Amino acid sequence: MDFLIFKAPMLMVQASLDGILLGILFALIAYGMALQWGVMNIINIAQGDLVILGGYIAYTMYLAGIHPAWGVIVSPIIMYFVGWALYKLVINKVVDRDLFISILATFGIAIVFQQLMNFIFGADVVVAQSEYGTTMLFENSVTLPNSKIFSAFISILYAIALVVYMKKSRLGRAIRATAQNARAAKILGVDTEKVYAATFGINAALCGIAGALISITLTLHPYVGLPYTVRSFMIVIVAGLGNLPAVAISGMGLGLFEEFADYILGTEFRIGAVFMLLVFILVYRRFKLSKKREYLK
Amino acid sequence: MTAIKQKDLILYSGLIILGLAAPYLFSAFKVQLTYLCVLIILAMTWNLQGGEMGYNSFGNILFYGLGMYLTASVQVGMFFPLAEWTESGGEKTFVHTTAQYFQGIGVGLLVAAIVPTIVAGAIGYAILGLRGHYFAICTLGLGIAAGEIAGGIEIIGAGQGFTTPPFPAEIVDPEARGQFFYFLSFLVLVLAFVFVKYIYGSRFRLILNAIRDNEDKAEAMGIQTMKYKIVGWMCSAFFCGLAGGIMGGLIGYIDSTDVAFDGREMGVFMVLMAILGGKGTLWGPVIGATLFHFFKEGLWTFILGWQYVALGVLIVVIVVYFPEGLMGWLREKYPERFGEVIDEKDRKAQVEIK
Repeated sequence: MDFLIFKAPMLMVQASLDGILLGILFALIAYGMALQWGVMNIINIAQGDLVILGGYIAYTMYLAGIHPAWGVIVSPIIMYFVGWALYKLVINKVVDRDLFISILATFGIAIVFQQLMNFIFGADVVVAQSEYGTTMLFENSVTLPNSKIFSAFISILYAIALVVYMKKSRLGRAIRATAQNARAAKILGVDTEKVYAATFGINAALCGIAGALISITLTLHPYVGLPYTVRSFMIVIVAGLGNLPAVAISGMGLGLFEEFADYILGTEFRIGAVFMLLVFILVYRRFKLSKKREYLK
Repeated sequence: MTAIKQKDLILYSGLIILGLAAPYLFSAFKVQLTYLCVLIILAMTWNLQGGEMGYNSFGNILFYGLGMYLTASVQVGMFFPLAEWTESGGEKTFVHTTAQYFQGIGVGLLVAAIVPTIVAGAIGYAILGLRGHYFAICTLGLGIAAGEIAGGIEIIGAGQGFTTPPFPAEIVDPEARGQFFYFLSFLVLVLAFVFVKYIYGSRFRLILNAIRDNEDKAEAMGIQTMKYKIVGWMCSAFFCGLAGGIMGGLIGYIDSTDVAFDGREMGVFMVLMAILGGKGTLWGPVIGATLFHFFKEGLWTFILGWQYVALGVLIVVIVVYFPEGLMGWLREKYPERFGEVIDEKDRKAQVEIK
């Protein structure tokens, strides 16, 4: 093993910390994915593009002279309505249909979003400066941007708030009831149409928060949405629907994987590695499940 | 019965004559016509496993891009060192003679057809075990991963792209290049059509349909579904590879994510065209691809810059409001034409139930 990362233990600490902090952010996006998947049974390919749009909202605030960290409050509010409008326009027509229809329809939405963002915000890679400085650890050999710590902290805060909201509030209970059995919920007086719209809105709001955090920790570009979709999809299939601790852990696992792949394979293969991991996870899952099949091998 | 056959004969010979005459009739649109042929091939073979088998793949672009890179690499690698070619300006130092060019592209296309087929067979067992949306997402991931990885490999040009050998300069006729690629793609199109038509009349298609309608039941009836699924995918891969090889030569420049593994354009187009025309019909993808191509070429220039927005909206509209496609719509409207007999009594009974 002739890799730099295995020779320098400090690099390993660096990669691990980066990975975990990044993974918490991924987990937040994945939680939104799990929410809509579980409640509405759709897979949203435009998830990543909602994230990037949320990021651009924070970036616009930064350009206007407001500190981009306020984006974590403004962005979800705007994104909630974007999600709600998206639901009313398109998603409500694909909810009860074949999953492939929802995949293709949201793929179309993703293309529209990418192109519109390209028009409005330009095709440059941008980043909003938070000017939070960096924390030095282990005698200055590990550098940790404070913005990353901030983003992990905010992600956890919002995740906890969401869990409490889902447990305690009336709408949260309605959402959970609809997820369990939409028909029964309807009979018992839950307005499922409203619940779906709210769920998609909440998902978009979560994307907005994640996007605002990404705008200060990583970079934004109109066409980088799809990797976020794939990451969240991956986390959800590993963790299962509606299992928040598992989502958090597999999110961190994915973050770790990415940081190490970055060092070992090189940055140019980072996105490729993410997509290959997706393929491997699906294939692994397929062989694991096929062992349970007992007829005609 | 013979009357129908005669009608078919007139139709097919008419189409072939039209196809052969097209580059002379519409001499200015040869490149567009070649594109059209390639699009029809892609839509038709996507339909084979997307429409007939029910395995909606976003990943056929993998075979298309693989075919493209393989044709170009073989064409160069047969005569010159590949690594020096792909370094900047290689195509200026090394020049293919006419014979070398055609030999190269011939062998290249052969490799481009065979290797993706083998790849499809090799990964088929693992990938085709996935069902429904897992398969769709997995193939989407495969296509994008292939693009990202190809963008990092030095010998095939990495991120800066790969210039395919230019058409030999010794052939002075300016029409020759366009005609060569058009007839090449037309030949493959005819081959693909004959092949798909043959499948439509065979037991193989019924098996694929059985897999689409209910895979578990098909398996319970004693069909070795996995075997047929893999063969179905390999058929698609074969023609996708060929189509990719031709496109590589036509475009003259291969970029990893924008030309070869272009999931954002070609990868979606082939799905969209098949759905637009009607999944699971012989003529649906052909009509869908033709319509789509006319729409695209006609509209693209008017809405420059907005074409992707239009594309996205088009996808949403087609998928949400028109999922049965043109052929499905026609079938609903004129069922007699499709050889379906309607039992009036049964229909009345059903109307009453509703």
